[in-house]
Amino acid sequence: MKIDSIKNGLVLDHITAGRSMDIYNLLKLGDLDCSVAIIKNAPSKKMGKKDIIKIDADMDLKLDVLGYIDPDITVNVIRDGSCVEKKHLELPEKLTGVIRCKNPRCITSTEQELPHIFHLTDRSEGTYRCVYCDTMAKKMHY
Amino acid sequence: MRSLIDILELSTEEIEDLMATAADIIANPKKYCEVAKGKKLATLFFEPSTRTRLSFEAAMYELGGNVLGFSEAQSSSASKGESVADTAKVVSCYADIIAMRHPKEGAPYVASLNASIPVINAGDGGHNHPTQTLTDLFTIQAEKKRLSNMTVGFCGDLKFGRTVHSLIAALSRYVGINIVLISPTELKLPEYVRRDILVKNRIPYKETNNLESVMPELDVLYMTRVQKERFFSEEEYLRLKDSYILTEDKLNAAKSDLCIMHPLPRVNEISVAIDKDPRACYFKQVLYGKYMRMALIMMLLELSAE
Repeated sequence: MKIDSIKNGLVLDHITAGRSMDIYNLLKLGDLDCSVAIIKNAPSKKMGKKDIIKIDADMDLKLDVLGYIDPDITVNVIRDGSCVEKKHLELPEKLTGVIRCKNPRCITSTEQELPHIFHLTDRSEGTYRCVYCDTMAKKMHY
Repeated sequence: MRSLIDILELSTEEIEDLMATAADIIANPKKYCEVAKGKKLATLFFEPSTRTRLSFEAAMYELGGNVLGFSEAQSSSASKGESVADTAKVVSCYADIIAMRHPKEGAPYVASLNASIPVINAGDGGHNHPTQTLTDLFTIQAEKKRLSNMTVGFCGDLKFGRTVHSLIAALSRYVGINIVLISPTELKLPEYVRRDILVKNRIPYKETNNLESVMPELDVLYMTRVQKERFFSEEEYLRLKDSYILTEDKLNAAKSDLCIMHPLPRVNEISVAIDKDPRACYFKQVLYGKYMRMALIMMLLELSAE
């Protein structure tokens, strides 16, 4: 299957197979005016199969959110048809406004203006805990 | 400027320094009676805790300082809807250090982010209560002359007892600690505490529901109250509350130098007859708590008796 290369934009590569639509929705790519291509179940030497998203325009991606959802994603920045930068994502140390603390005893449950902040407490397990009450976040499954 | 929100923010060296200061206060109280002269402690207690509040207030007075504050949310601006952050900023204009008790977990942390003076967490919901843990560590140190190479039993409500979780976490940093967990199945230590503290730090431990069977092994026995407010039904509370009562009979098999502790208040989990036993340390524990809070206030205000 052949999809045209993009000139200026972003290619999200190595997306875990089956997750591309979730990422498409989460990043609100449907709101963009430019071309967006979703390739599902592309063959991959490393992963067996993978999803890819090509965005034919520059945009600011929330890399921390993306890293939290799927830390294996590679973000390729394309300029004049060439890849000028490869960003390898990883689990971010801190997530602000991404996960909401569900603990009814947490101070965030009564003080609505406090930002919901989680920090990474165990990288190998991908464990995030609320900075206020230490409640563990449930792993995000999209 | 530094606050104390979680016991693990203090290194073992800093805890040793605090214990050394507390021991020196006990030995030379006059040396410390004016150390905090002109300083004010604000006790911001958004839920009642007479014991902890009095301990902080007594600690500040014995250092020569003064105290202001409130003892329940109804008498504070919180009842008008003021945020914790705003309260912390306002009180920073009046006092030199804050001790905050709050029913919501993380409230003292929010205060510490917004105050321009040190904040001590005096208990936030079922989360942290670092000065209780400092009290417990100092009690063990003072009574056993060590914090390593011993078997510590925890009995009663190990599920909801935050003092138990914090003390286990603090003890896990010392060598040769064995933990014995004694509780009914319904009130066992939560899985995350077992996994994140005991297993992760390779602390030998065992779980049992029979206090008498493990009594001879223990160097320290930490009793806890089965708290009514932690249960969803009265029926469940009534069924479990008397499960683990320490009586003179059960103590027969204990070591002669056992140290019996309890964060208090006691309901009926330790028979009053045991109060006269030299192994009963729970009232001394209260006193040690005051000295440890004095040492902590000095540390956070960077005060010295020299």
